[in-house]
Amino acid sequence: MDKIVKINAEGVKYRQLNIKLRELTANGTGKIELHNICGQRYIGTDLEGAVEIEIFGTPGNDLGAFMDKPRITVHGNAQDGCGNTMNSGEIIIHGHAGDITGLAARGGRIFVRDDVGYRAGIHMKGYNDKKPTIVIGGTAQDFVGEYMAGGIMVLLGLTLSKGERHKACFIGTGMHGGVIYIRGDVDDYQLGKEVDRAELNNEDNELLESLVGEYVEYFNMNPKEIMSTRFTKLFPRWLRPYGRLYAY
Amino acid sequence: MKTYLPPKFIVERDTERCIQCQACVSQCSFDVHSYDSEEDDVISQGDNCVGCHRCAVFCPSGAITIKRNPLQYNENYNWQPEVIEDIKKQAETGGVLLVGMGNDKQYRIYWDHLVLNASQVTNPSIDPLREPMELTTYLGCKPDKLDIGPDSKLQTELPPQIKLEVPIIFAAMSYGAISLNVQKSLARAATEMGTLWNTGEGGLHPTLYKYGPNTIVQVASGRFGVHAEYLDAARAVEIKIGQGAKPGIGGHLPGEKVSDEVSVTRMIPNGTDALSPAPQHDIYSIEDLSQLIYALKEATNYSKPISVKIAAVHNSAAIASGMVRAGADIIVLDGLRGATGAAPKIIRDNVGIPIEMALASADNRLRQEGIRNRASIVVSGGIRNSGDVVKAIALGADAVYIGAAALVALGCTVCQQCHTGKCSWGICTSDLRLSKRINPDIGASRLANLLRGWSLEIKDILGGMGINALESLRGNRLQLRGIDLTDTELQTLGVRMAGS
Repeated sequence: MDKIVKINAEGVKYRQLNIKLRELTANGTGKIELHNICGQRYIGTDLEGAVEIEIFGTPGNDLGAFMDKPRITVHGNAQDGCGNTMNSGEIIIHGHAGDITGLAARGGRIFVRDDVGYRAGIHMKGYNDKKPTIVIGGTAQDFVGEYMAGGIMVLLGLTLSKGERHKACFIGTGMHGGVIYIRGDVDDYQLGKEVDRAELNNEDNELLESLVGEYVEYFNMNPKEIMSTRFTKLFPRWLRPYGRLYAY
Repeated sequence: MKTYLPPKFIVERDTERCIQCQACVSQCSFDVHSYDSEEDDVISQGDNCVGCHRCAVFCPSGAITIKRNPLQYNENYNWQPEVIEDIKKQAETGGVLLVGMGNDKQYRIYWDHLVLNASQVTNPSIDPLREPMELTTYLGCKPDKLDIGPDSKLQTELPPQIKLEVPIIFAAMSYGAISLNVQKSLARAATEMGTLWNTGEGGLHPTLYKYGPNTIVQVASGRFGVHAEYLDAARAVEIKIGQGAKPGIGGHLPGEKVSDEVSVTRMIPNGTDALSPAPQHDIYSIEDLSQLIYALKEATNYSKPISVKIAAVHNSAAIASGMVRAGADIIVLDGLRGATGAAPKIIRDNVGIPIEMALASADNRLRQEGIRNRASIVVSGGIRNSGDVVKAIALGADAVYIGAAALVALGCTVCQQCHTGKCSWGICTSDLRLSKRINPDIGASRLANLLRGWSLEIKDILGGMGINALESLRGNRLQLRGIDLTDTELQTLGVRMAGS
């Protein structure tokens, strides 16, 4: 059932839009194109099944919040909270994404071609076979990977000009699980107290190659150029960063 | 480091009564009692005793007496034993003092300064044993007006409502903070009595999904266990912004409490700390709150009321107004005396305001703004008996949450050791050996009995006032009078002085 349904979302409120999306997915529509999207929130929330949604325009906050299974491609920028508490599925953004991208995501994957705002990947957590993954082509603002409890965060820095460095501070503050890979260097002062750096091993390289491979496929870039620059791996120093905080 | 802390309790064993059965040895989870096989003697070392009285209750011969250590320090109102010992503890550990249960300080309990009315001569009281009395309560947003069609049918589409048979709900207590058997007891009792229980921020265990129609699920800053089925299973979804025991701070469930089973419901690997950040990072304003409320409404297809819970703080009336305008169908205010599985003592004992004041001012504010109908108000934090419930409803609440009272019904003696995870009553622990001590069949019946008893008492009080439906008491502050309160207190409560 690979019927493609096109919707002109001009002037359509999110509630009506989501009702339409629910209807379409319930009757087995495989692919939906949303045109003229302009700020509608919650697109893809509460959709069941592996439907593919292509968005043309700028979706509003909480794109794919609580999402389970759908795959959303945005031809434009996403705003705040995209992939909020996501369980599974994919969000691919041909542009920038706002603050708290992937907040508290438990699973699923987010690929952002360009930059993201503050606190990307905050409180992502892995569980069993679920490993939330965020690949950011550009750079991120402060507190990226804050409170991370699991999952994978990759920053490629492709939007930085030659010699320019990532400017994010408090990277991985409070992190107690998962891993962050940053292409290029970051200084110690930019790191949260709870993270440490390590050399990449074979497993890391394989993982990065496959994630970068996917990234370049989505956004049509050259993988060799990306992989030729050194990556920094950040990991949580403690499983229990605040275990010694208390007096019993 | 040698501890300078004296024992808090003295455990006395009457050797004539003791039959050396070792029940105390197996019941104590704080290693107070031990058995010396060489001497064939049970020994009690009071040093670790927390005063939970588990051993005394289970001693078959009544041989154990637990007394407070009188601690005859030189008398000093400023330097009470608790103050001295807290300093010593911190000098020995350098940590944040952690504690369980609710604020135990002598803040004024306003319930005890409010008295209720009864009918005499001018209107008849009602005998609830023979006349119908109604405690039914509907939680949810009520429309501003109702349109009735020519066929007498209701034309207004009603927002989702929850029907409660008793206006008492079990407060949010997460699996991890309390044991699964306690949650089972709560869920069964709620189902039997036509009310609700609340998962807290710990996910919903697979065995509890069947109680979904009587379950409130929580969405808090850690988003633990929040996923589509969890939201779908529930009767209502509650966004937890704060809690009375620890307003403004997050929660840390220590890794040792994240057992295999807890890990399944929270959907995190076992052994890791479950950290709930202080704020929800998608909520920095009323507008952001609205965004999450509507995200949850979208995620549940507008089929369930969305509740928002905050700790009662200085501006809670204004915040309550914002919450209602943000789209909350139920607002929950949790007061200064609200309990917890673990909180920094300094926060528990010093932050927040009494629930009576928060309730009165929030209810007032919503009425003044003409939006009181748009959300139900549920209050919690130290509700101890049916008298408190009735007074809360007369002050403007739609229903109350009880947490500590429910745990006391299951055996809790408020020893305040919840944070240690060693609860000898098997309540606040994930230790399987201890949590077996709560039998969900017995637990459910104890809780249902409590609600039954309170319901009968509430009906008695209502009947005495000549009121036959709880609805008629809601926000009816003329049924209250204040005793021993200042003018400002009376004014804030919106209650007249006794005798006036």
